[in-house]
Amino acid sequence: MNQSEWPLWEVFIRSKQGLDHKHVGSLHAADATMAIQNARDVYTRRLEGISIWVVESQHVHASNPDDAEAFYDPANDKVYRHPTFYQVPDSIKHM
Amino acid sequence: METVEINLEEQFQARIDADIRIEPKDWMPDAYRKTLIRQISQHAHSELVGMLPEGNWITRAPSLKRKSILLSKVQDEAGHGLYLYSAAETLGASRDQMLADLHSGKAKYSSIFNYPTLSWADMGTVGWLVDGAAILNQVPLCRTSYGPYARAMVRVCKEESFHQRQGFEIMQTLCEGAPEQKAMAQEALNRWWWPTLMMFGPKDADSPNTEQSMKWRIKRFTNDELRQKFVDMMVPQAEFLGLTVPDPALKWNETKQGYDFGEVNWEEFWNVVKGNGMCNKDRLGARVKAHEEGAWVREAALAHAKKRAAKAETQAA
Repeated sequence: MNQSEWPLWEVFIRSKQGLDHKHVGSLHAADATMAIQNARDVYTRRLEGISIWVVESQHVHASNPDDAEAFYDPANDKVYRHPTFYQVPDSIKHM
Repeated sequence: METVEINLEEQFQARIDADIRIEPKDWMPDAYRKTLIRQISQHAHSELVGMLPEGNWITRAPSLKRKSILLSKVQDEAGHGLYLYSAAETLGASRDQMLADLHSGKAKYSSIFNYPTLSWADMGTVGWLVDGAAILNQVPLCRTSYGPYARAMVRVCKEESFHQRQGFEIMQTLCEGAPEQKAMAQEALNRWWWPTLMMFGPKDADSPNTEQSMKWRIKRFTNDELRQKFVDMMVPQAEFLGLTVPDPALKWNETKQGYDFGEVNWEEFWNVVKGNGMCNKDRLGARVKAHEEGAWVREAALAHAKKRAAKAETQAA
């Protein structure tokens, strides 16, 4: 990679008090302060956010999509983890 | 090894056929990756170069309101360029390389921006017509098969609608004004109508990549389909404004429930694409100048960030 290219940052935005931060995209910036300022200009021009997180992309570790099948397999056969697995008699209320 | 590759390709196509989005780390054919990088970066370049014909009018806007609106629009375009460059970067393209390709003339951008903006009415026409055409191209791309591209397009489309409406409002104001103002609007439409029709690209018969792109769902309508849609959409709007579309062959066709229209000057189209349009040299020159004159700012910001990081490290030690 070119030495003069600013590092890449991932941007997360909380759109409204009470909601979680959500990934919205990425941008280049020399440091965290600039990344937050740029994120404001690029991703919140129409009041889309009230809080911004930025993380340098190189610090994000991701699961491998090629392993997805085996990786998520343990949850596949455990329907009993869902409330709908259980039959509740009609006369039982508040459950 | 070869059968594995074939299976991967088949699985890939099956996912696309099932409308399952492809994400950056998923396996994809090399040609899909290359085509997307070319398409997305061209689109990003168009946003960047697209700021130039309008920048010309920021200081000349007729009122503070119009100036604020135009500034906002140009700022949106810078943003759209950034969304799109980021999407291309998820495919492994580097920002520096993409910009270098734009500046060297290797990469293309929309030929429409190689036409000059001569009067204030051009700001109305560009918003109304050119952004109208862009929206037709872009809305289907919100459902394109590559996730980061589709998400970028959703954001672009939300903002583009303001661009078109402010353009229409400029046209409406001119058309309801003095005869000189209306003549200005008509003159701008006369100059922009045909170049706008060229924005949809060559005729389907001359667009060899369309079939593969449709199969991959990185294109969802053909060039001719979109061009027809555009004409059908715009003629009634021009009529509302009291403007005449500069095409003597334009005629409603009852059987196809659409307009018949004249042939685009394809010689002019290819000429502009090849770099010989009225403003190709100016636009690229302005781009390169801005990039070169900004180099010291980018370097200084990086040096400053490194110095601060080093300082923080010694303090922590």
